[in-house]
Amino acid sequence: MTGSTQAIEELDLGADSVRELNQRLHDVSASGPTHWRVVNPGGAHAVAVGLDAELEVDIEGHVGYYCAGMNKSATVRVRGNCGTGVAENIMSGEVLVSGNASQSAAASGRGGMLVVEGDASARCGISMKGVEILVRGSVGHMSAFMAQKGVLVVCGDAGEALGDSIYEAHVYVRGAVASLGADCIEKEMGEQHAAELQGLLDRAGTALSADEFRRYGSARALYNFTVDNASQY
Amino acid sequence: MCGIAGLFSKTGTIDEELGARLGQMIGELADRGPDSAGVALYRSPAPAGTSKVSIYSPDPDCSWASLGGELSEAFGGTHEPEVRASHAVFVVEADDDSIRSWIAAHHPELRVMSVGERIEIFKEKGDPRRFAERFGLDSVSASHALAHTRMATESRVSTEHSHPFASGLDVCLVHNGSLSNHNRLRLELEYEGIHFDTDNDSEVAARYLTWRLSQGATLTEALEHSLEDLDGFFTFAVGTAEGLAVLRDPIACKPAVLAETDDWVAIGSEYRALAVLPGVADAELWEPEPGRVYLWERARVT
Repeated sequence: MTGSTQAIEELDLGADSVRELNQRLHDVSASGPTHWRVVNPGGAHAVAVGLDAELEVDIEGHVGYYCAGMNKSATVRVRGNCGTGVAENIMSGEVLVSGNASQSAAASGRGGMLVVEGDASARCGISMKGVEILVRGSVGHMSAFMAQKGVLVVCGDAGEALGDSIYEAHVYVRGAVASLGADCIEKEMGEQHAAELQGLLDRAGTALSADEFRRYGSARALYNFTVDNASQY
Repeated sequence: MCGIAGLFSKTGTIDEELGARLGQMIGELADRGPDSAGVALYRSPAPAGTSKVSIYSPDPDCSWASLGGELSEAFGGTHEPEVRASHAVFVVEADDDSIRSWIAAHHPELRVMSVGERIEIFKEKGDPRRFAERFGLDSVSASHALAHTRMATESRVSTEHSHPFASGLDVCLVHNGSLSNHNRLRLELEYEGIHFDTDNDSEVAARYLTWRLSQGATLTEALEHSLEDLDGFFTFAVGTAEGLAVLRDPIACKPAVLAETDDWVAIGSEYRALAVLPGVADAELWEPEPGRVYLWERARVT
């Protein structure tokens, strides 16, 4: 296979159903086309979910809920806005959104990367468990709520209650933070943190420097962090 | 769930197709609310001294012509019904209270869905996908309109419990969400002398806003007060004689997308409801911020 000459398989959601689209993407054999283009998504839900191969999928337009959910290995690019839960439970691979993402972007994501060129609204990265999220714009309230592992980078501002009940996830914000959630505090930017952040900024193609960001994380003061409470069980 | 849609013509260029477009939006939102559908259309203002009345009859054999005759005897003038499926619209030389009292006394089997200058309300339980055709939305011209598809959660599925809820002064409301303090607020509003048609939570929000307006608040102020006085989840779209407003509660669990071009502004619970609109590819698209009132009004032509 040569990437430059390989045909791009086109799917039209104006004519085909989402079920047909996803089935074809799931059925790709070792020799099957690896580059797909989806046109006329029209805000449809569950576009390109459950992918489990090294595919490239370009979606030309706005999509509804749960686009690229449970993604594994594939690269999904959305040229438009996404509804609720883009890349929810992503396992690996990359999801790139050229516009805005609605609430709960990359919710529960375990690995891989989500890049949102615009803004992401409320609850971005809620309960994230290892995914790396980079938002070029701002995020809404309750972002990184109960975030357990992974990295959330916000190049703009963060809404109220950032990082509420956060565990071990790393949060970096360049702009203003409306308020921090329970047990979330600003932390010192160590060398390893700056390196981690710069790596993500570079990988997402930004020209930003880690020096412009502040780091937030868990104060580890909530119930589950107190060893004395373990004796109650 | 539930689906809400609204369309406001800024320049008049899409007035002629506004009903047809709203019907398409309802079709896209049918999955979000399969129990019932309804619309509020703002169009053809009634002449001064008269009111436009939307009436629903549960009996499909209702004689609207004979009702028109009775209205003429009671209020003078002639009354040609504009019939759409189970509803008819009359223009009557009387005010809101007189019309409602007369219908209640003479035709308790009928339901008054709205009374106002421009508003017309049509709503019906059943599959929203059939709604546009049943009510002939394709031929409707309007300056602005709201629509709702309902998935009932806290009160029964009936035509009366469907949205939009009109609450006087040409105001109506469609709601996606649920209110938790509606029983207490209903009691408080009843102490103020406000009448309720149903036990539905969204009707309380509609009556609350009209009550605030009657106390002198602007629509923006009334909606801002609702953030303090209403407890629960909501995306509201509110219609008035002049325009549309949108408000999401501060938690913002319930979705909404706004789109604006030079010619129109639209709200939909999801983008797919907006995807049917002309020129949407070049529209400005955004998600309304939690707790912020968005309002579009046309200059009132008198």
